[in-house]
Amino acid sequence: MDDQPTTFPRLMLGHAARRPGAPALREKAYGIWQTLCWRELEVLVRELAGGLAQAGVARGDHLVVIGENRPRLYASMLAAQALGAIPVPLYQDAVAAEFVFPITNAQICYAIVEDQEQVDKLLEVREQCPDLRCVWYDDPRGLRNYDEPGLAGLDALLVAGRQFNAAHPGRFDAEVARTEPHDVAAMFFTSGTTGNAKGVVHTHYTLIDRARAGAQFDRLTEHEEVLAYLPPAWIGQNIFSYAQWLACGYVVNCPESPNTVGIDLNDIGPTYYFAPPRIFEALLTTVMIRIEDAGAIKRGLFHHFMDLARRVGPRLMDGQAVGRLERMHYALGNWVIYGPLRNTLGLSRVRVAYTAGEAIGPDLFTFYRSIGINLKQLYGSTETAVFVCLQPDHQAKADTVGVPISGVQIKLTDTGEVLVKSPGLLKEYYRNPQATAEVLGADGWYHTGDAGFIDELGHLKIIDRAKDVGRLLGGEFDGAIFAPKYVENKLKFFPYIKEAVAIGDHRASVCAFINIDFEAVGNWAEKRNIPYAGYSDLAQKPQVYELISGCVDRVNAGLATDSVLAGSQISRFLILHKELDADDGELTRTRKVRRGFIAQRYQVLVDALYGGQTHQYVETPVKFEDGRTGMVAADLRIEDARTHPSMRRAA
Amino acid sequence: MAREIGDVVLEVKNISLSFGGVRALSDISFDVREHEIRAIIGPNGAGKSSMLNCINGVYQPQLGSIQFQGRTFKHMNSRQVAEMGLARTFQNLALFKGMSVLDNIMTGRNLKMTSNLFQQAIRWGRAEREETEQRQVVERIIDFLEIQPYRKTAVGKMPYGLQKRVDLGRALAMEPKVLLLDEPMAGMNVEEKQDMSRFILDVNDEFGTTIVLIEHDMGVVMDISDRVVVLDYGKKIGDGTPQEVRANPDVISAYLGTTH
Repeated sequence: MDDQPTTFPRLMLGHAARRPGAPALREKAYGIWQTLCWRELEVLVRELAGGLAQAGVARGDHLVVIGENRPRLYASMLAAQALGAIPVPLYQDAVAAEFVFPITNAQICYAIVEDQEQVDKLLEVREQCPDLRCVWYDDPRGLRNYDEPGLAGLDALLVAGRQFNAAHPGRFDAEVARTEPHDVAAMFFTSGTTGNAKGVVHTHYTLIDRARAGAQFDRLTEHEEVLAYLPPAWIGQNIFSYAQWLACGYVVNCPESPNTVGIDLNDIGPTYYFAPPRIFEALLTTVMIRIEDAGAIKRGLFHHFMDLARRVGPRLMDGQAVGRLERMHYALGNWVIYGPLRNTLGLSRVRVAYTAGEAIGPDLFTFYRSIGINLKQLYGSTETAVFVCLQPDHQAKADTVGVPISGVQIKLTDTGEVLVKSPGLLKEYYRNPQATAEVLGADGWYHTGDAGFIDELGHLKIIDRAKDVGRLLGGEFDGAIFAPKYVENKLKFFPYIKEAVAIGDHRASVCAFINIDFEAVGNWAEKRNIPYAGYSDLAQKPQVYELISGCVDRVNAGLATDSVLAGSQISRFLILHKELDADDGELTRTRKVRRGFIAQRYQVLVDALYGGQTHQYVETPVKFEDGRTGMVAADLRIEDARTHPSMRRAA
Repeated sequence: MAREIGDVVLEVKNISLSFGGVRALSDISFDVREHEIRAIIGPNGAGKSSMLNCINGVYQPQLGSIQFQGRTFKHMNSRQVAEMGLARTFQNLALFKGMSVLDNIMTGRNLKMTSNLFQQAIRWGRAEREETEQRQVVERIIDFLEIQPYRKTAVGKMPYGLQKRVDLGRALAMEPKVLLLDEPMAGMNVEEKQDMSRFILDVNDEFGTTIVLIEHDMGVVMDISDRVVVLDYGKKIGDGTPQEVRANPDVISAYLGTTH
């Protein structure tokens, strides 16, 4: 792979010149996979660029692209970049009002969208976006009778482009040659949980550099197959199916529709796969449901070999020594269970699979690795063009995010915040110098806002958002780091625990509120003939306390092995009598716990936890869905949890 | 809207139908114009489905005639009707439950195939070529109705709303000039109804298909149809645009009760 700084259009032209007949994009249309080779892609991009130039798109202009993963939308981004314009992909599932800020912020005049749905949304906000002059759509269905100024199909744009190119031969190549690697390539709007979204500006150089670094790390070739099914406005998808696509020259496959992804995954059998943990979880759930419905023999076989896989699989994956007998046993399992299972999941050809975005449960992570899927984790964000840390093939762990890859430097501040220096850092936040200055220091270090540390193997471990990390005060672990979310996540990986709130900042020890998962614990209780009247009653059953106590104990045992977080072991806990609810202000709308608010609201419980009481009476006002309010009262048991001696101290 | 309503394609003249002593329809006349969406409404037992069955040749009315594309018939014949470009869907879904969505819609293409049973059975030569051609048409319908994830799913396993869509797909596979829909939205939830309304409008718009539909749901009828016929106890009591029908006092008392 060539390492010279370059631009996306030049990469595309390079592939088209070197391997014109090789497939570049595939899309399933009318039930059949249609291939677009690099030469055809070049023709398409040239015509689109001609059409855009004809319409007045000039160097430095922005152009929004909204839609699912579609070959012609990818080609549109290339066409815009060829002219020196900047594509701005937006989330296709956003409501119309969310488009207003990005469009007005960058005074965008042009939009290329997928279909009627997106056209309707843009027309809805057109009055608020006076600059928006031209809207082109890929799929004309339902749009024939629209009579809006500036609205046209991509087909019309292609026709205009052919004419323009005939009249201006050489214009395309001249424009491509004028675009420099350090020119702006694309802008991504971050979701922005507070306030308006921010436009993250990346250059050709930043994106291509990181794409190549990631590709080198995993030795990606032009023979990879990728299924592009996540929103192209999300930088993760954009890196995997655009930047790395052009950097490596592999094949990107576009599913038929969002609902057919499972079928398409099976058709394609990607070799390089990326999904957030929830997708892996959903895949596993469908497998488990089907297994429970299977006959006794199949079920028995499955469980027998999965037990073996859990024991042997990860060790095989990590290249550790495994006895010959176990190896043979595993090979048999591979033939009978693991192979067919990988095939059913559509993952039988996967060479490298990544998960990122949120914490993944160790059981889930181990499941995939144990059946021979090379699932790994990575760390990165929109601002860092994704690739900061990756896990090497033989060192994948559920609770780290890997080692810094080539070009990346990592530094930790005193408060534990992770700072990153890499060639892939954002150029700036668009028209927001203040926000840029907040994250990007003059010394070139990017402040991630994440707290973490480097473990013994040199792997980065992310524990929480930096602003939420506290310190223990007094007691055995005086001054140790306390990362509430890390502890809460560990608890939440158990199916019986729905939510958890860890308290411990400026305290000598850590205590926790726990919310049981009504469905999971309810099922568990029914199987054991434990009668209960409702949520509050179930939550206070001694047997349920025993169950949860077991979970807490396992979390503590895990934490004890951690040199930095051993102090975060839970010393006392209680099970809340009501579910934490966004209507009561206890959770945000995206279901994140609001620790400060909860600690205040349940002050008596916090006091009781630290005061050593064995139970505490509490009354809580609740808001019902119809808007009425009421009181819920209960006498909550408080239990001590077993803590384990820290490995580090013992050693 | 671009589609322009044209001349009369289907005209029902003085139709009367009785089963023994029961008069299901008496002296019904109305017409359907090209490219329009024509609704037939009425309370339970008003004779809506009987009317549709007369048009499509299932029932043979004792009196009256039906004029379709310039030809007048005393009564229609199902196969003839289908060949002339009239397709229908069914109130209670006459799909092949054990067959896949693909195969179900494929059956709608049967009239378009010329290979004989034997050739089709061994799937050789012309039969194979034909199947490929027909499959392309079917795939366009599958795409149009957005049922790609279910191509290979047995129809019996699918939710009701989707089955209705497959039923519509099979009728569309005949590339009909006139499409008769028998309560296309019966038993659906609000969202499914909205989807189905969208599909009906799209069919009408994209393919220019004339649509005659029977419907219970007043809201839907008033929203999507160009003209409405109202039946009550086998008699026509109203005919006109949704606004006119809504204002018609006979209709109000017979069906709508009070104004909406």
